[in-house]
Amino acid sequence: MPIEIEVNGKRYPVNYPPDTPLLYVLRDELRLTGTKYGCGEGQCGACTVLLGGAPRRSCQIPVSAAAGKPVTTIEGLEKDGRLHPVQQAFLDAGAFQCAYCTSGMIMSSVGLLQSNINPSQSEVVQFLQGNVCRCGTHPRIMEAVRHAAKMMQERGR
Amino acid sequence: MSNVERKLFVEPERYEFTAASIHQFDLARRDFFKILGAGIAVFAVVKDGAGAQETAPGHRSFHNEELPKDIGAWLHVGEDGSVTGFAGKAEIGQNIRTALAQTIADELRVPLESVRMVMADTALTPFDAGTFGSRTTPTMTPQLRRVSAAARDILVEAAAKEWGLAPKGLVAADAKVTDPASGRFLKYAELARGKTLAQNLPAEDPITPPAEWTVAGKPIPKVDARSFVTGHHQYTTDISLPGMLHGKVLRPPSFGAVLTSFRQSEAKPMPEVFVVRDGDFVGAAASTEREAQEALDAVKAEWKEVPQISNKELFAYLKQNAAAKTEDRFRKQKGSVEEGLAGAAHRLDATYNVAYIAHAPLEPRAAVAQWADGKLTVWTGTQRPFANRDELAAVFHLPESSVRVIVPDTGSAYGGKHTSDAALEAARLARAAGRPVKVVWTREEEFTWAYFRPAGVIEIKSGISGDGTLTAWEFHNYHSGSSGIETPYVVANQQTEYHAVPLILRSGSYRGLGATANHFARETHMDALASVAKMDPLDFRMKNLSDARMRAVLEAAAESFGWGKKTQEGRGFGVACGDEKGSYVATCAEIAVDKKSGAVRVVRLVEAFECGAIVNPDGLRNQVIGAMIQGLGGALFEAIEFENGRIKNPHFANYRVPRFRDVPDIYAMLLDRKDIPSAGAGETPIMAVAPAIGNAIFDATGIRLNNLPMVPNGLRPA
Repeated sequence: MPIEIEVNGKRYPVNYPPDTPLLYVLRDELRLTGTKYGCGEGQCGACTVLLGGAPRRSCQIPVSAAAGKPVTTIEGLEKDGRLHPVQQAFLDAGAFQCAYCTSGMIMSSVGLLQSNINPSQSEVVQFLQGNVCRCGTHPRIMEAVRHAAKMMQERGR
Repeated sequence: MSNVERKLFVEPERYEFTAASIHQFDLARRDFFKILGAGIAVFAVVKDGAGAQETAPGHRSFHNEELPKDIGAWLHVGEDGSVTGFAGKAEIGQNIRTALAQTIADELRVPLESVRMVMADTALTPFDAGTFGSRTTPTMTPQLRRVSAAARDILVEAAAKEWGLAPKGLVAADAKVTDPASGRFLKYAELARGKTLAQNLPAEDPITPPAEWTVAGKPIPKVDARSFVTGHHQYTTDISLPGMLHGKVLRPPSFGAVLTSFRQSEAKPMPEVFVVRDGDFVGAAASTEREAQEALDAVKAEWKEVPQISNKELFAYLKQNAAAKTEDRFRKQKGSVEEGLAGAAHRLDATYNVAYIAHAPLEPRAAVAQWADGKLTVWTGTQRPFANRDELAAVFHLPESSVRVIVPDTGSAYGGKHTSDAALEAARLARAAGRPVKVVWTREEEFTWAYFRPAGVIEIKSGISGDGTLTAWEFHNYHSGSSGIETPYVVANQQTEYHAVPLILRSGSYRGLGATANHFARETHMDALASVAKMDPLDFRMKNLSDARMRAVLEAAAESFGWGKKTQEGRGFGVACGDEKGSYVATCAEIAVDKKSGAVRVVRLVEAFECGAIVNPDGLRNQVIGAMIQGLGGALFEAIEFENGRIKNPHFANYRVPRFRDVPDIYAMLLDRKDIPSAGAGETPIMAVAPAIGNAIFDATGIRLNNLPMVPNGLRPA
């Protein structure tokens, strides 16, 4: 029996070996390339996805461990052509340069804001510490997360 | 393909010396319009030497039609009014795609939304030496302006002909030509319809001065930004072709190691797995990266290693192995340093060391190669698509016209993606497999087999008079590069010299090239001299500066920062400045030291930057802030450690890059000089960060740090 995983609300059978990191299944087997390879060692955050709602480094998760838990990737955030508030906030703040880290930054930020809708500056720093932006866009990313929190608070209440 | 061992001298500003290759493109006029549809095409012909670095000598094109001079850019106005600009530059996160589109929209008088840029595709865009040296803005924007201005003239003339009027008095605006007398107008789309008109133009067409810009000069958001926040943008690493395999390369155990024996596993070879040995190159292609790696793991390879220089002996080695003779272009002299030193009230000599550091772009080196009918197409993240094409052509013995290199907008480079390593590897494997192959370097490969910003030793001898006037300045840079080597300060007696040293680790361009090392040494030394003269570091600099633009950025940074207005005990303030590639920077830093742990924290950075007329303040601010944060890493902790031909810290876990916790309160002040032609901004904003921080550490602690990185393990109080 092949493993089945649920990604962005769709179920997929997985043909890759069960110990393959989720990242490679997403990128190479399912062709969901919005999730990026940055280091393969859980050190840069470029491959962050939500697993059961929590942000996880997909390069460190064997695909077998993802079975039975919903996976959300950057491609799954947009709903009916409408960007997720965190995506919109990154867009509004211009919070990217080469943008290769952006998917991971957005997924980590979504994970943070889902568990803490009003994080302090130091909570954001703490939470995003594992995400590398080599272009040095950190201040705008911080601004985007603040802006997204505000939008989510307004939308949610 | 073999790993030829070469003892090259480092070419720190390699592109500055690269002879332009023969311009060549086979796009027949017929084909050009077939691809783009009918309309109006204009080609920028660069007449003077200004663009010579970027463009190639004139050559045949359009099947035997002679293009009289170099071509730097071209432009097409289609029958539907769509505008396409063509430039050989690559988008690597510096946001130049947006700035170039803005430039065209501005000069052609069309909405930005109607402009599309085709960039860095050797089959479609004009030859370009590469995207480096902060050259895109000063060279490419004027060329695109000229083609746009010429296209506008053609459209105005076409309207004039239609109406039987003189072109003079007609107005081009908002994608149409209007006759103000009658109020009638023709859209560009209507004017381009049914035409297949191509025109070359000379370089001196008048262009709109910055003060009259309407689209350029504005903080326009990144074009295609939405595709980046949705994950839809396809970087090289994301490309997938039908039947594509994944490739891996067997790396030697150490630099320079030679393959002495090679044996494939006797186990039954897996289907769809290709193992290639060609000289010292061993690689495998398979349907997944994992299978390719497993195929390589099964290879029995033996290597002969060679002794290598290690970290601990690096700086002594650099001094001892400098070339005996300096080329004239790397030596400048004025007055007599000896006399200047003899007449000085105070003398100060010091040595500065600079470590190797890595670019560590988050998207690693990658390429997808496809062979079809003897022709090779490669998608790869490089700053030099045409050089990559030439190298691929040479290695595979193909005419250049049989190789096409396409650069998808790339996950950053910082000077680190000049070479064609991944492209060659993917192409070699694809040829063996008879299928397209993608090669994506691992992070460890990226840290090990790419190239580094060269390490260096800098020695300074200096003298000042009793009132703090510089009397003598002697500056020697060993190995790290000649960019920014000349002092901007007024000194009657000075000598600067760059000493080439044979390569130890593979080295090349890095944001700012040698300018970061040279500014660190010079601006640290200037601070030390201020202290000898018992003068305020800002006053001391001002006293010895005459350049009005430099003084202006220093004044702006100092005022914005609040120089001299310290609010907390134990904090240190530092300042540094510099100019390079036509732009000026001054940085002020505030730091705090944790007395117990010795940890240094940068509390605040303020930078004033001036690069002439600003094309896009939003993109520029992103570049400047980004350079400041990247500069902070090299200042405080980034360093490559190596021993016996092995990199000892090839992971983000042990090569520390700036992260959120390291980022201070940061501000960039952009000085817009509409009276000065736009200069590039990718490099200069990094230069003054390290010395400003170091000078602030001295201010707080009295400890002078002369080596980069300054505090990889925190500050150990003297």
